[in-house]
Amino acid sequence: MRRSLAGRLWPNIVAVVLFVFFVFPVYWMVTTAFKPDLDIVSSTPVFFPVHATFAHFTKAVHAPGFWTFVRNSFTVTLGAVLLSLIVATLSAFAVARMRFKGRKAFILMIMMAQMAPWEVLTISVYLIVRDSDALNSLLPLTLFYMMMVLPFTVWTLRGFIAAVPKELEEAALVDGCTRFQAFIRVVLPLLAPGLMATSLFGYITAWNEYALVLILNKDSGATLTLWLTEFQTNFGDDWGATMAAASLFTLPVVVVFLIMQRRAGSGMTAGAVKG
Amino acid sequence: MAAQYRGTKTRGPDPAVTPPTAAAALTVAGSAGSGRPARPSGSGRAARFVPYLLLLPTLAATALLLGYPLVRNLLISFQTLEPFQLIQHTTEWNGFGNYTDQLTSSEFWHTAGRSVAFTLVNVVLIMVGGSLIGLLLNRLGKKMRLLLSIGLVFAWAMPYVAATTVYQWLFDTQNGVVNWGLNAVGWHSMHDYNWFSHQLSTFAVITLLVVWGSLPFVALNLFAGLTTVSAEIFEAARMDGAGAWRTFWQVVFPMLKPFFLSTTFLEIIWVFKAFTQVYALNAGGPEGLTETLPVYAYVEGFGNQHFGTGAAISMLTIVILAALMSYYFRVILKEEDEL
Repeated sequence: MRRSLAGRLWPNIVAVVLFVFFVFPVYWMVTTAFKPDLDIVSSTPVFFPVHATFAHFTKAVHAPGFWTFVRNSFTVTLGAVLLSLIVATLSAFAVARMRFKGRKAFILMIMMAQMAPWEVLTISVYLIVRDSDALNSLLPLTLFYMMMVLPFTVWTLRGFIAAVPKELEEAALVDGCTRFQAFIRVVLPLLAPGLMATSLFGYITAWNEYALVLILNKDSGATLTLWLTEFQTNFGDDWGATMAAASLFTLPVVVVFLIMQRRAGSGMTAGAVKG
Repeated sequence: MAAQYRGTKTRGPDPAVTPPTAAAALTVAGSAGSGRPARPSGSGRAARFVPYLLLLPTLAATALLLGYPLVRNLLISFQTLEPFQLIQHTTEWNGFGNYTDQLTSSEFWHTAGRSVAFTLVNVVLIMVGGSLIGLLLNRLGKKMRLLLSIGLVFAWAMPYVAATTVYQWLFDTQNGVVNWGLNAVGWHSMHDYNWFSHQLSTFAVITLLVVWGSLPFVALNLFAGLTTVSAEIFEAARMDGAGAWRTFWQVVFPMLKPFFLSTTFLEIIWVFKAFTQVYALNAGGPEGLTETLPVYAYVEGFGNQHFGTGAAISMLTIVILAALMSYYFRVILKEEDEL
């Protein structure tokens, strides 16, 4: 069936309009960050900047405490992700491979914990952390972020573990491995892409977290999210520097998204089991 | 985050049909390195503990880092907890005082109504818009589909906090590109318009921000769902003379009903508890007129230092969320029988 020219054209036009709608804020962030001040405040916006400057990035990077916040963000994020991977692998294995009483209840608990309303638990979290004299410390932040990403990590890893053919593990057992050795030598290497993907999602969650760090930490204990929301307050109407800061904050997330696009793990076990 | 894990759902062999060999092998792990399962009775008992041992860290973390804060929040909501009590470290119970205060205050009901309206508008826009974009993706050619997908992934990957900052800049009073554009197309009163000094215009920006960031999830997932519907079904519908409208409602929608139901509930829950976008954009301003329930709980608790009141508001919010979630779980438990 052939469509008329207009019928074939309009979806493409709508697609282009939508593309602009979705990309423009990102484009505007990056271009503003590179524009000289004169272009930023000009009465007619400069849509295609020809003069690029790194001045705003320099200013953002040299803002007081910037590197501390970078370090804090990475420490908290990586700590939370690693902890949750370790804890989640254990229970994901149990859920994916074993049958036991309370399995359904556990899965239900995980699903509910996944939707925990952290945004409105801030008051009690604040008081708990305050009572243990740990405000402004990175440890409680790491632990709570770990908890935030844990349910999702368990859930996803459970799927990845279930996807590793059981026969491979059984073969290892027949060859004299213990269940633990079979897991370490056979399942874990095959799980690497799954662990990778799962940790990347957790990484994004922890990197972006705002509500908890807002109440728990400040000054030298702050993370980049907090710094970014306060950047504008600290720097007034310096939009160039603010957009440079936002770009710097977004960059690691974009890198992670790109890595995920390239991850190719599904083929790893194809052909490992015959018939 | 649930967003993404739905995308990467990896279904393996059903774990429920684990053959006895695996169960027997468990015993080996129980008596690490001792070789073969010896006595079925003794090692069977040990094996029974293994799964619970593996679950222990997760359970402990959940109890300590999620369960305890929930219980603590409930307890605080029955207390008068203000800077005085906080410094003195005294506990002053006041029964249901905080709750009756809230439930009889017009501010609470205004905020609750605002939250519901905000959620409704956003979710309708997200679901309708996301579905349309998903259908469009299905219809586009390869190149245009890739282009639009790239655009969607950009908006999806953008961290909330960064997106909020960017929207503040887009809608800036003096040099914002939106005001310039509106002025350029002839709406001259928008020149130097301050979006963040009015309730409705602030909500408009928040809504745009939320919808912009949420559309990709719905659109890309619907598209993924559509690819599982075979082309012959669309062909058959067309042969029978069904138009686009009827094809959607009588073919696509019934087939992907679980997707639409669970996604709608997820979006309701996410939008209802959205904090970052609302608070970081304008801190609930002007004059608290764009406070939704989570922001209201935060402002009462931390801004005004009425921790007991804030806890009560957050408990009421949790009750509403729990009601929504129970519906959501009913839907997905029906959808997935793999548990």
